[in-house]
Amino acid sequence: MQGPMIDTLVRQGVSRRTFLKYCATLASMMALPPTAGRAMAEALAAARRPSVIWLPFQECTGCTESMTRSHSPTLEGMIFDMVSLDYHETLMAAAGHQAEDALHAAMKDNAGKYLLIVDGSVPLGIDGAYSCIAGRTNVDLLKEAAAGAAAIVAMGSCAAFGGIPKAKPNPTGAVAISDIVKDRPIVNVPGCPPIPVVMTGVLAHYLTFGRLPDLDDKMRPVAFYGETIHDRCYRRPFYDQGKFAKSFDDEGARRGWCLFELGCKGPVTHNACATTKWNGGTSWPVESGHGCLGCSEPDFWDAGGFYKALSMPADPLKMGAAAAAVGAVAGVAVSFANRAKKHRAQSSHETTTLADLEK
Amino acid sequence: MDALQLLTWARGPGLDLALGIFVLGVVWRLIEVYSLGRKRDLAPARQHPGASGLRTVLRRSLPPPGMLKASPVSYVGGFVFHIGLALVVFLFAPHILLIKSLTGLSWPGLPSQFIDMVAVLTMMAMLVILADRINKPVKRFLSTFGDWFAWVVTFLPVLTGWMAVQHLLLPYTLMLALHILSAELLLAVLPFTKLFHAITLFGSRWYSGRINAHKGVPV
Repeated sequence: MQGPMIDTLVRQGVSRRTFLKYCATLASMMALPPTAGRAMAEALAAARRPSVIWLPFQECTGCTESMTRSHSPTLEGMIFDMVSLDYHETLMAAAGHQAEDALHAAMKDNAGKYLLIVDGSVPLGIDGAYSCIAGRTNVDLLKEAAAGAAAIVAMGSCAAFGGIPKAKPNPTGAVAISDIVKDRPIVNVPGCPPIPVVMTGVLAHYLTFGRLPDLDDKMRPVAFYGETIHDRCYRRPFYDQGKFAKSFDDEGARRGWCLFELGCKGPVTHNACATTKWNGGTSWPVESGHGCLGCSEPDFWDAGGFYKALSMPADPLKMGAAAAAVGAVAGVAVSFANRAKKHRAQSSHETTTLADLEK
Repeated sequence: MDALQLLTWARGPGLDLALGIFVLGVVWRLIEVYSLGRKRDLAPARQHPGASGLRTVLRRSLPPPGMLKASPVSYVGGFVFHIGLALVVFLFAPHILLIKSLTGLSWPGLPSQFIDMVAVLTMMAMLVILADRINKPVKRFLSTFGDWFAWVVTFLPVLTGWMAVQHLLLPYTLMLALHILSAELLLAVLPFTKLFHAITLFGSRWYSGRINAHKGVPV
């Protein structure tokens, strides 16, 4: 299937109107000007299916589940079909040597042009032996695949920031993709799992404009991660009024008050859940009555407890023992210095002057 | 960084850092001060009724005869703002909640309105004392940078805390962040300035009381 994407869409019964609506929505979601919708439609319609290689590393396959299942009949899913997914262990029919051959063929045929999507973190402990595919370590596979990639998309919090595998005490020495690959453009699409439309938005942007979207300081697309959950939360008015649910089944919870005191991490979490929602716009965590876990932020797993309010200090005494030890060493050292100074002064019969007293 | 991120930083890493420096500094200074100790007095102790470390601790909390009249601002103002600070810091309900979340220890607080009044009195006393320090030539001459600095870092947490509770000037989130940051500044500099008297006060009084009691002098 190598023709323009529009042919495939027509074959699947997508009308022109639906397609244009989709492109306009996508463009507006990414805060692009209205004209970008048409540009996007033209570019997407004419686009050849780009080769996509999807490498799964230390992950739970939740990102793939999110991508493929949650919204299968929608256009996002179809667009996703439009890429030439040349290697994806979970989705491809081939296995074993056939799968490996497909990977190598795709890398060779599209060298320098394919899009590399990675989900899962990369373990570096015991020479990367914690996670191997076809007898090769993840770090080895990543370096080889990244060398020929036009761009890399780190899908999910594990690939973007290390995620749960990197949670303390990080037994496998897990790191993010950006810790290993330094010479290729990388987009982080964090979330546990990330929102499907964010993925297709990034892909559409790449196909339309030939470059990756604008990124924030954590290399996330600003269009989707520019604002916090809290800023866009429909429960925000209750926060501003000081109306908080104190437990998950009290009167406040039933009335839909703010979940801040129950540990919601919305105020510090940048993601688009509050606007795009999940499962085809059905609902999202805060709407279902549970606070945001902050899954699209680095090290959310170790951010001081899911049910501890943000206002509670995380663990301020954790440095107490170390600080006391350093203080003791400094105190003893200074004491010895003071004594030595005193002895020197005594032995050289120094006298105290008025100037000394004014020090 | 917006106000909420500043607040989150102040409540998280900022507090970690401030408490770390505080603990480090207190341990350091206590060891240093202790190691400066004088040689043991080998002379036989003289007996004088009432001469003891405890007596000095208690007596120096009260003005010597005639001094209250000679320097009322220092004594009255000093008492008001020290007691006020203690009440505001340790008996304001949100502060108790913070200590409880850190240590598990908890005690009953005072009504917020009462604490509010105490905070205003404390700030007024501190301002009067500052004016006195500026106006009196002798006090001004004796004041060093450390004295002015100690006043500022003590005053800021009271002011920002009171303004946060009263929703004055700045949005609550930002004001609360500034309050926590100012308290963290106070914690961090306390061991290294004259504010360390908060820790050494009774120990040093006891120490001089004991030395003088050994000589048979009640002070």
